[in-house]
Amino acid sequence: MSIPPAILAEGVQKSYGKTRALAGLDLVAEAGSVLGVLGPNGAGKSTAVRIFTTLLAPDSGRVEVAGLDVTRRAAEVRTRIGLAGQYAAVDETLTGYENLVMFGQLYHLPGAIAKRRAHDLLERLDLVEAAGRLVKTYSGGMRRRLDLAASLILAPQILFLDEPTTGLDPRGRLAMWALIQELARTGTTIFLTTQYLEEADQLARQIAVIDRGRVIAKGSADELKAQIGGERLEFTLAPGSDLNSALEALRPYQSGEVQVDAAERRVAVPVTQGAQRLAAMVRDLDAAQIALADLSLRRPTLDDVFLALTGHTATETKSETNEVDKPAEPQFATRRPA
Amino acid sequence: MNRTLPVPMERLIPLKRPALYWALADAVVVAKRQIRQIPRVPDELITAIVQPVIIVLLFRYLFGGAIHVPGVSYINYLMAGAFVQSAIFASANTGVGVANDLKLGLVDRFRSLPMAPSAVLTGRIFADLIRNTVVILVTWGIGLLVGFRPAGTPVAWVAASALVLLVSFVFSWFSALMGLLIPSPEAVAQAGIVWLLPFIFGSSAFVPVDTMPGWLRAFSDHQPVSLMMDAVRGLLLNQPNTPALWQALVWCGGLLIILILLSVWVYGRRTSR
Repeated sequence: MSIPPAILAEGVQKSYGKTRALAGLDLVAEAGSVLGVLGPNGAGKSTAVRIFTTLLAPDSGRVEVAGLDVTRRAAEVRTRIGLAGQYAAVDETLTGYENLVMFGQLYHLPGAIAKRRAHDLLERLDLVEAAGRLVKTYSGGMRRRLDLAASLILAPQILFLDEPTTGLDPRGRLAMWALIQELARTGTTIFLTTQYLEEADQLARQIAVIDRGRVIAKGSADELKAQIGGERLEFTLAPGSDLNSALEALRPYQSGEVQVDAAERRVAVPVTQGAQRLAAMVRDLDAAQIALADLSLRRPTLDDVFLALTGHTATETKSETNEVDKPAEPQFATRRPA
Repeated sequence: MNRTLPVPMERLIPLKRPALYWALADAVVVAKRQIRQIPRVPDELITAIVQPVIIVLLFRYLFGGAIHVPGVSYINYLMAGAFVQSAIFASANTGVGVANDLKLGLVDRFRSLPMAPSAVLTGRIFADLIRNTVVILVTWGIGLLVGFRPAGTPVAWVAASALVLLVSFVFSWFSALMGLLIPSPEAVAQAGIVWLLPFIFGSSAFVPVDTMPGWLRAFSDHQPVSLMMDAVRGLLLNQPNTPALWQALVWCGGLLIILILLSVWVYGRRTSR
């Protein structure tokens, strides 16, 4: 018999009143893999995590975690999973150490073992110096690390990370990525939700893109990128330059549908291997006598993925919880005074 | 940063014990968390302690001269009301804590653990009982300082204090229910008290009910907070008021059953969203 998948969801539906959070979600995460679930706010990511971690019962469909049905065998599921949420759920008026010992005891570990594991985790997550300080004095990144530590107390088979880097500064984000990559190397199955394509790309072998409670695309990061056309070459035309000849000059490099903002004279062209071919593209534009006010090459964002897959941007599908997506940092950018 | 994370940690297995054992053991862990917080967030305890001190001093010295209760000194009359009233006010903190835990996502973490779900509420209420014991002791202290002299036996005084503690337990559950129903912790603090004010002040707490107009008297005579105060007063002043004591105990028991069932039901609904 083969090993059952770590997470299996089939036709999962969940509604809150008239709002459909999940509309037939299908997902599979193999044991020991990292599954990235990519989607905008309101797509159903957190609802999925809440159902998989036994916090919420689905209206219909089948969900198995570690081979166990999450509704019928919730108690057993809870001894095999760890959950680190979007909001660092640790007690502010306790120290980092006290938090971990408390959660260890609530995981029903004997006191001595809970204490030993707390020390161990503080060391592994680089929180030894802050161990005796109240959590309310922690930085955002430290809180997230403590939250992650709390979810690792049992060294669970399956770890759920609900937007682990939302709200972190770039340094905190990189540190969190490094930790998640290290965890993945230890063989832990990781279910990760994110709003950032780059994050899914960095961390997950398999990515499922979800929109309106349904998986709309899945595959490896490379497969998805092939679908959406790699990087974006974005530029603004200087006055007097012709838009059509600019598009003509770039046609050989173009790998997807071009977006044009005629009023602003801004153009975004999907390209593959953009960094390697940037010099050539600029030379060709120059040869066509196109003057630019602005030029940048950037990685695709969630919005680009959505535009390519659904024809609408991620922002248009957002529910009432509006949070501005941070654009991916440009790999290369040149600016000339207009 | 020199992390050693890549070395896999030993997988740990939770202990297996009967559910009732964990309901108690987990409640103790949660209660310990609350008790640890007391010295770290001292304003909560200080407010709870200052409150009875102000009430006792205010009524004893400001209104005490104007209020005459036949057959008993005003401070001796006042204390039963002060005990019950400060126990109820102190209980209002329970709901604020519950609402905070929900808001901060701590309840989600608790629910993803193999712990007994009931411990999230019972642990907090255990801890609040301990804090309310301190409030009752302080109320004793300030009362004795300004001339309160109970009559009868110490056994009755301890019984009176135990009844006050039972009242605080009942109202902690009321407050917990408010904390589960109302999303904002700030609003919980208000709501917990506002609904209770008519019961606290429309009672025998500060003046004998026979000085009130008929309609108010009819309410005051029969509402539970008055009965609780009358029962406590009877025990403190050696004027056994058996009917009030029985009725107070029945009210406490009945309210507890209703409030606990409601809280459990609302907790299930509120957290499964």
